Amino acid sequence: MGKKEKDERFRKFGTVSFTGTTRVNDFIDHLEQGKVSGTRCESCGKAFFPPRADCCTCRSSKMKWFDVQGTGKLITYSTLAFGPKGFEGDLPYTIALVDYGDFKVFGRIAGGIKDSELSIGMALAARANPLADGRVNYVFHKD
Amino acid sequence: MNDVAIIGAGQSTFVRFYPGSVRELAFEGFSDALGHAGISAADIDASVVCSAPEYDLQRSPAGVFAEYLGLNPGPTFYVETLCSSGSTGLKLAYSLVKSGLHDVVAVVGFQKMSEISSAETQERMGRGADIQWESPFGTMMPAYYAMYARAHMQAYGTKPEDLAAIRVKASTYGQLNDRAVYRKAVTAEMFTDKENMMRASVASPLRVGDCCANADGSSCIIVASAEKAKSLCDKPVWIRGIGSASAPVNLAGRDLFNGLSAARQAGAQAYKMAGVGPKEIDVAEVHDCFTIAEMMAYEDLGFAGPGEGRDLINGKETYLDGSIPVNVDGGLLSKGHPIGATGGSQIRTIVLQLRGEAGEIQVPDAAVGLVHNIGGVGLYGNVTILAR
Repeated sequence: MGKKEKDERFRKFGTVSFTGTTRVNDFIDHLEQGKVSGTRCESCGKAFFPPRADCCTCRSSKMKWFDVQGTGKLITYSTLAFGPKGFEGDLPYTIALVDYGDFKVFGRIAGGIKDSELSIGMALAARANPLADGRVNYVFHKD
Repeated sequence: MNDVAIIGAGQSTFVRFYPGSVRELAFEGFSDALGHAGISAADIDASVVCSAPEYDLQRSPAGVFAEYLGLNPGPTFYVETLCSSGSTGLKLAYSLVKSGLHDVVAVVGFQKMSEISSAETQERMGRGADIQWESPFGTMMPAYYAMYARAHMQAYGTKPEDLAAIRVKASTYGQLNDRAVYRKAVTAEMFTDKENMMRASVASPLRVGDCCANADGSSCIIVASAEKAKSLCDKPVWIRGIGSASAPVNLAGRDLFNGLSAARQAGAQAYKMAGVGPKEIDVAEVHDCFTIAEMMAYEDLGFAGPGEGRDLINGKETYLDGSIPVNVDGGLLSKGHPIGATGGSQIRTIVLQLRGEAGEIQVPDAAVGLVHNIGGVGLYGNVTILAR
């Protein structure tokens, strides 16, 4: 009897992923296709980012994927001079929170954008970002 | 009246490296509290053990400690809410006594952080946030709080030097606390001297001087029913208000970035239950894991209006002789922050204040005190109001 293969696509997310699998594993496929995606509850219409498999308002698990498009506004950010274990090679890097109106997106600022170029309220766009060794995440670009 | 009292409080000295095992570390805080209460282990009928897991390898520490502390066969319960585990343990003990299930309960908090490296510690702490969606970006606690600091600065014009002033206050009292890990003086000039480590960035805009240190330590609070308190204790301290709340773990789920919603909600509950407001608080301990955390606490608890925390610190109102003394034991910034032991240490400071036993840092005639203890990046908020 062969072992049933586990769907561990989520292991590819970010520099180090701490989650093996999730019912929204398709998020990784979408990133690989160049899309940053969230989920929308088919029952109440609420948009979720990060994507959720379940809506806690109406307890529905019927979700539809949508693409995060256009720009959001930078709410806040921080540039790290030290990193946790496993992220030393990425330093320095900037983490940020961006408000898209219906939802917010937490992520990293694209490498190469300096702190001096950032200001709260500026427009940023989340885009899929391939990493080394087949890994993938998303980063914010100035539009 | 089924009131609940604290009849003893203790803690170990907080150190960089404790040369012993976790059960031995727990014994230090426990023994200090028993001595303070003037009771023995036989007087205790249940215990609550508080810590955040994965800094040491012992699973289910409550059962291990019950034996080592001489508390078998009494029941023991393990609670965890990251950095606020200690005050969550107090709330459980309060509930156990208030319900009449138990009469005397020991709340033992501990953390031995030195068994792993600093980078590993940051990784563990970071995993107290959203591991699925945030940790893969390389998050860590200083960076999360730095994002709040940036938002506070943007909203209110708070400056890095306002935050530095909080660290300077902490060190003023940390130098007096022989159980603190960091007892050196910190001056405002250190934050402007290019050669000084205090000024080095950790996660912008927070600098080394804005951050508390990891530490090994333990604490213990002894909680008792009114009847037991009256027979065992001359100076009981009463738990008058006890509020707690939670907030979305992912910052994307939140709407407030210049304060902590869980702290505001817990504070409102505690004030209501105690029937007092911020003006009635004589002395407070707030969760200053970072300077910005104390600044937000001033505002979240109503000691200052929104954006007016900087006036409170710059006017020295939170010093010992100010209108609302805050963290006059040196705070986490001086004492160090052994996660599970921190809440108990904060409670101990207020208990000593209300019993008139705080020595050099005694606030004259302190009658009502407040403890604000936060878990994660405002993921959990506990506010406790104590009165003599």
